[in-house]
Amino acid sequence: MRREPLRALALFAALAAVVFVLPAFVNDFRAQQFAYVGIYLVALTGLNILTGYAGQISLGHGAFMAIGGYTASILMIDHGVRDIATIPLAIIVTGIAGVLFGLPAARLSGLYLALATFAIAVAAPATIKRFEGFTGGGTGVNLFGIPELTASDAPLQLFGFELDFNNWIYYLSWTIAIAGYVLAWLILRGRTGRAFRAVRDSEIAAVSSGISLTRTKVLAFGISAAYAGAAGALFAVATAFVNPDTFPVTLSIFLLVGIVVSGIGSLQGLVAGAVFIVFMPLWAQTVSKSPGAPFVVYGGVLIVLVLVLPGGVAGLIASARRLTRRRQDFPKP
Amino acid sequence: MAAFFQQVVSGLASGSIYGALALSIVLIHRATGVINFAQGEMATFSTYIAWTLVTHHGFSYWPAFVVALVVSFLGGVGIHEAVIRPVERGPRIRVVIVTIGLLLVLNGLVTWIWSGEVRAVQSPFPARTIDVGGVAISWQDIGTIAVCLLSVLVLGAFFRCTKTGLAMRAAATNPAEARLVGVRVSRMLAVGWGLAAALGAVAGMLTAPSVFLSPNMMLTVLIYAFAAAVLGGIDSPVGAVVGGLLLGVGLNLLGTYVDFVGSDLGLPAALLVILVVLLVRPAGLFGKPRVRKV
Repeated sequence: MRREPLRALALFAALAAVVFVLPAFVNDFRAQQFAYVGIYLVALTGLNILTGYAGQISLGHGAFMAIGGYTASILMIDHGVRDIATIPLAIIVTGIAGVLFGLPAARLSGLYLALATFAIAVAAPATIKRFEGFTGGGTGVNLFGIPELTASDAPLQLFGFELDFNNWIYYLSWTIAIAGYVLAWLILRGRTGRAFRAVRDSEIAAVSSGISLTRTKVLAFGISAAYAGAAGALFAVATAFVNPDTFPVTLSIFLLVGIVVSGIGSLQGLVAGAVFIVFMPLWAQTVSKSPGAPFVVYGGVLIVLVLVLPGGVAGLIASARRLTRRRQDFPKP
Repeated sequence: MAAFFQQVVSGLASGSIYGALALSIVLIHRATGVINFAQGEMATFSTYIAWTLVTHHGFSYWPAFVVALVVSFLGGVGIHEAVIRPVERGPRIRVVIVTIGLLLVLNGLVTWIWSGEVRAVQSPFPARTIDVGGVAISWQDIGTIAVCLLSVLVLGAFFRCTKTGLAMRAAATNPAEARLVGVRVSRMLAVGWGLAAALGAVAGMLTAPSVFLSPNMMLTVLIYAFAAAVLGGIDSPVGAVVGGLLLGVGLNLLGTYVDFVGSDLGLPAALLVILVVLLVRPAGLFGKPRVRKV
């Protein structure tokens, strides 16, 4: 059993190495898609902290991504802040927004929270459109080719490598994704993570053990929203454009699909969830060219997973591990 | 003043639609403790069925209306049996996810089958207005209010005056004891889903003439219906209807007389209603405050 953390570390290092060399083996278009996998990984990590570990369902995480995305875009276009510098600022702004939303939301439980967050996701685009002077209204903010965007006009020279825009976005988002992933692991394995799980499993028992429900839930909302903010800012940088329809209600729902695919309450399958979100529409297009097809597949997968495999990919990994371990328990004849 | 009353009446018309959809949400929540996020998409689907019958199969409006109601009822029962029943007793989050999955599937299917094109739908009511004491009221508004209220009344009578209605109320209030006295609880819940789907279909078919038929037609209506249900108390059928009417009139007046809100901030206003009611009085106007057992 002592070997377990070492083995996990080795596996993690190997995966990080694969992520590092991947762009060398795929074309530019694929590199861009894998960059989006990284971006969704950031958002899914955050959502899973909130929903999977702290047990607070959110159907409105796309709205937090919108806050992050708009913070980054407005800072770049109106205040001349460089793209890299906007990301920490977007994280802070969205984190604060998460805390502010968490304060009332901590009093809602279960279905009511789902309802309120869903309403936020639906209301977000209309709200963004309304404050035209600040957000650019329905036309949005176009960042294409502005000097604040790194590598947008000429390839970036970094450590002797030449990175074009897509490769730069790829490394930027995966650096943040991996850092965020490790950070999530550190948060969740300690005292805070235990508090989250306690609140999820039984609020009454958690309170009896001296855990403050409000504090814990608000903290979970803040952390989770900060992740969504980072993802939203990356999204804005990667697409060089934001408008209200960049963050539709379906984005929030896709994030939910992502954590169900990866496994609610586990960090292991998150990459699979992010891959699923990015590549599923492309696979669905091979079934039917109709724009409705991806939705049918997303929804169908969601229902089937909940009915058949509630643990998602992480659940699969866990049962595979149980199988192999059981085999080791018995001495070979 | 005439303009004010005109706004009130058209608010009542949209409010009665919110009320009908809210009532279908309340029906399902009372019976199974589930909030059905797919209620709006189910209504959209039914509306498309009615539209197809009218445009491609030569039905006139009201026969198509009735056929769509029957199909919706069967569809609701089918959805309950196929995907809801297996997760009904599990954790709430699983049921929420399944209804979200239904939302996606139905929305995608509508786009897949009928394409995402926006279509005009003919109203079954004359396009004229009627003059009541200087206030011009459109037949569309009167018809919408009448059909919604009629459906609600029929449903209320069904629950009060029929044996099946009694059995359904028993199944919702106390499933274990209802089962002991011979009520087929699971079948009753399925009928509840069917009735909710049919009522939602009424809301959908009445919405279509004023906003055009499109796959996302009911999304905003769904949020208003959620707000109405929460405002009236999510377990109170009367509350859902009253909440819907209040919300319809309130939003209409707010949009007309408060420039800041205009036509864009209806959804955020509904969101605010949801949050404020849930925080200040979670039981809503007509609900009984729930005591939590520790």
